[in-house]
Amino acid sequence: MNETPLIPAGVKRCSKWQFSLWMAAVTAVLLWGVYAMFLIWYKGLNQTNMNDAYGFALWIWADLAVIALGGGAFFSGFLTYIIGKDELKNIINFAVIIGFICYSSALLILAIDIGQPLRGWFIFWHANVHSMLTEVAFCLSCYFAVLTIEFIPLILENPKLAKKPFLHHLSHNMHGIMAVFAATGVFLSFFHQGSLGGVAGVLYGRPFAFREHIFIWPFTFFLFTWSAAACGPCFTILVTKITEKITGKKLVGDAAVRLLAKISGWMIITYIIAKTADTIYWAYVTAPGLGFTLMDFYTSSTYNIGLLFAEIIVCGFVPGLILITKRGRESSFLLMTAIILAVIGVSLNRWVMVLQVMAVPLFSFNEWYTYMPSWQEVATTVLPVAYGLIVISLAYRYLPVFPQERELNPID
Amino acid sequence: MFPFIFEWTWDISHIVFMGGLWYAISIIGAGLTFAIVKSLFDVYGSHDSHGNGHH
Repeated sequence: MNETPLIPAGVKRCSKWQFSLWMAAVTAVLLWGVYAMFLIWYKGLNQTNMNDAYGFALWIWADLAVIALGGGAFFSGFLTYIIGKDELKNIINFAVIIGFICYSSALLILAIDIGQPLRGWFIFWHANVHSMLTEVAFCLSCYFAVLTIEFIPLILENPKLAKKPFLHHLSHNMHGIMAVFAATGVFLSFFHQGSLGGVAGVLYGRPFAFREHIFIWPFTFFLFTWSAAACGPCFTILVTKITEKITGKKLVGDAAVRLLAKISGWMIITYIIAKTADTIYWAYVTAPGLGFTLMDFYTSSTYNIGLLFAEIIVCGFVPGLILITKRGRESSFLLMTAIILAVIGVSLNRWVMVLQVMAVPLFSFNEWYTYMPSWQEVATTVLPVAYGLIVISLAYRYLPVFPQERELNPID
Repeated sequence: MFPFIFEWTWDISHIVFMGGLWYAISIIGAGLTFAIVKSLFDVYGSHDSHGNGHH
């Protein structure tokens, strides 16, 4: 089959056999995950190493992490369509694709985690209106619909599809009202990112997670939304840089990347100051009020105080300070260091707020609870990574994802 | 999800939760419907007007 009509005009892509080889390798990893997924659906959750102590485990961490990292889509959309940062139009398409991958992955992981996906619709039909997770399910599903709507116009810009008059107009008209969808996405993201943090913060039986409240919302509600908006754009930049490295091309101009990095840097700094204040209040007031000292939560060799230091200082203040300085953003080494640290930082925060919460002993006669994921859990967690690589590869090859690509890489 | 489901009660929790859900669904649905209908008008409406010699 001749692929030329499918590839956007004025850009160069690798040969078909190279692309097929790459896709075959990634598909092999995907199939490993799919096999594990069907094993879990067929045989049940006994295929996992979750137990009475770990009702939330690797999957929920992966879920929370991809949702936080996918936050780049809603925050970039907010900056582009609502605030009017036109420079970010050069990266918004890619941010939407990354968000789409992250949120579809989160929904897939949840479909595996609930054990009986055929009953997944119960959460809507028989909603428990007193549960933060119900709100998460509502917002997650609706926001995934918004991301799909934001992705569709880009798909319709494929040269072959754009020749159909209806599809061409549909793409144009959807672009025209994108601000409405972006605003809806911001509304939905604020609540589901927050409620994911709220789930930990309301656990009054778990002093490691429990936080003080503002009305019905614990501090973690606001910290989760804030951290997703701060670190999500860093993940967008990181994936953009990796794509540039693999393709050997500059795909997004420095101005767009630096603007996003600067905004992200200020968000990280303000977030980490708030997080530090929250941690100090929790360590000196909340936890002692519940009969614990700070160090009671860090007596394990795995979960030691170094983890808190890594999260707040190394993966919080350091990337934030780098990104708010002009020199930091203009040095490619410092920029890469900062965005990698920020991505690790938010993932570490989600790990702590899911797995350390489960691990901490609640009584003096308890030991630390341990858990090692089964290969099925690992395979189904790797599955979204392979799926994401496939979606990005197909999108990059066949869609005009990067508006500046032609200008930055002229073909002789 | 709907008032006709057996566990539904008209309390503040149901109104806030379900109100929020249906509000979001309505905006998404209305936006999508607008884009589709406008595209249909753009494609077929413009053919008619050209054919009839309007403008």
